Amino acid sequence: MTSTLTPVRSKRSALTRGQLPKYAPYAVLAAALIIGAAVLALIGFNALGWGVLSALLFAAGLVGWSAAVEGSRKAKDRLATCLVLGAFLVALLPLISVIWTVLVNGVPGLVTPGFLSSSMNGVTGVYDNKAAEDGAPVVGGIYHALLGTVQITLLATVISVPVGLLTAIYLVEYGNDGRLARAITFFVDVMTGIPSIVAGLFAAAFFFAVVGPGTKTGAVAAVALSVLMIPVVVRSSEEMLKIVPNELREAAYALGVRKWRTILKVVIPTAISGIASGVTLAIARVIGETAPILVTAGFATSINNNVFGGWMASLPTFIYTQILNPTSPSNPGPSSQRAWGAALVLIILVMILNLGARLIARIFAPKTGR
Amino acid sequence: MSKRIDVKDLNVYYGNFLAVEDVTINIEAKSVTAFIGPSGCGKSTFLRTLNRMHEVLPGARVEGEVLLDGDNLYGNGVDPVTVRSQIGMVFQRPNPFPTMSIRDNVLAGVRLNNRKISKGEADALVERSLRGANLWNEVKDRLEKPGSGLSGGQQQRLCIARAIAVEPQVILMDEPCSALDPISTLAIEDLINELKDQYTVVIVTHNMQQAARVSDKTAFFNIAGTGKPGKLIEFGNTHTIFSNPTVKATEDYVSGRFG
Repeated sequence: MTSTLTPVRSKRSALTRGQLPKYAPYAVLAAALIIGAAVLALIGFNALGWGVLSALLFAAGLVGWSAAVEGSRKAKDRLATCLVLGAFLVALLPLISVIWTVLVNGVPGLVTPGFLSSSMNGVTGVYDNKAAEDGAPVVGGIYHALLGTVQITLLATVISVPVGLLTAIYLVEYGNDGRLARAITFFVDVMTGIPSIVAGLFAAAFFFAVVGPGTKTGAVAAVALSVLMIPVVVRSSEEMLKIVPNELREAAYALGVRKWRTILKVVIPTAISGIASGVTLAIARVIGETAPILVTAGFATSINNNVFGGWMASLPTFIYTQILNPTSPSNPGPSSQRAWGAALVLIILVMILNLGARLIARIFAPKTGR
Repeated sequence: MSKRIDVKDLNVYYGNFLAVEDVTINIEAKSVTAFIGPSGCGKSTFLRTLNRMHEVLPGARVEGEVLLDGDNLYGNGVDPVTVRSQIGMVFQRPNPFPTMSIRDNVLAGVRLNNRKISKGEADALVERSLRGANLWNEVKDRLEKPGSGLSGGQQQRLCIARAIAVEPQVILMDEPCSALDPISTLAIEDLINELKDQYTVVIVTHNMQQAARVSDKTAFFNIAGTGKPGKLIEFGNTHTIFSNPTVKATEDYVSGRFG
């Protein structure tokens, strides 16, 4: 046993000569942070400047050291690593900042008793003034808006998924890349770029023409949202159906299975995990839309259980109105607290939907294993 | 439970391109017929026209007649689905349905067509088909496991089991062993020998030893050059084709002096 072991050598292997030690990046980072802090201390310290200066010093120091010891190829590699890492940090910054801001501002609203279970019905500026001046608890909540968001989004999903999925099935299975299929693809792409307010105006105008002037209900908002959702659903379902191997379709045909049954029983089950997660992401995409809901469902302060009648609140419009028209104009504090709380709930909803999409993808994924 | 196939003056087109020209061939019931020939000579294309699977490919069409025990597959009002339920097919790459268990894969032909079948009948059909494909002993304890977890050779035999579960008259095999190792290939070849007791088997292969081992009759296809149509050069008893072919091109091909 011992005879086969390589003897321990004190000097470094010839194969690893000319390399920076493993701790090099950390050492340079520490040096960059210290030097950056020192320089900024002379001209006035601020965190952003410290971060940027340290990053530049780190990149320059590491690349320069590497060029001196390891040669130009390794130095370029380290430069590219620094750029990639830097871009990642820059991209991450707003995300973390948003989540942090919403958490800090939203948690007080969220933990207020009754925030999730009461509406704004009867909540007037008098209560808000009392809350701001005498320290009374902030009353009113988002129950009506949460209910509205869930109802509108659910109805929009019920409209969009069949339309979008069937369109995708036509494009992949029946379109044969013909003129109609290409036209549909083109207009779906155009629809993807429609500004959401235009979708809202379309739905409002459509119901104006069909039902009558001033029709503002949750259903109108759902139609507006489905205009935004359908292209996303078509696109994601199309991609998922396309990656189902043709061999599976042929296998089914060769068993004497009809085309529509092949699609229903073989193609869609094989693609269902991707389709389901695509749909969930489409929902997450439209759940935060504000403008189309304002022009289609109006705004309500009380609970409305009927998606087909009466104005309806939703989380985004709730946030919008609470910030723009505080319940008490002289004391906007409680309104703003409610708005942040609603924003936090909205972000949590979107996160749950994203996690749900992953879960769905995992549950439906084709099984492997022996 | 097997029928003969007679092909008369069949031309196959992709759009305007003539891919296979003027094939006339008589395939006996309860025999193994092998198609050999260089790549791109139209063997697989021709094989697909025997159960109208070429219609899945855009632009593909045929002229001529294919008679299954005297009934023209391309006659007016013939439903390709009916044709395919009588003439099954096994593909080059094993393609079990990834969403289904081994058992459901075997029952796919029944289940996907929404035919009602009792559990007892289904169990019997699964066992009969898997035994027919020499797979029963390897998978009987894990019928509920996904079919994609099997080895490549087992997957191919699962596909054969799936094909014979719908009780076809004819089984077409498009290079069924080209993705398999020699041991799995041997298992499939043994299986083909057993299948011919009940079914008419047509097999496309690149492996001439395989054609010599498994087939009763062999058809040699060739192509004059790129862009030219593939043609049936010679068709006869396998022994004759390999030992004493009448056409020079066949002799060159089977003896490896091709090109």
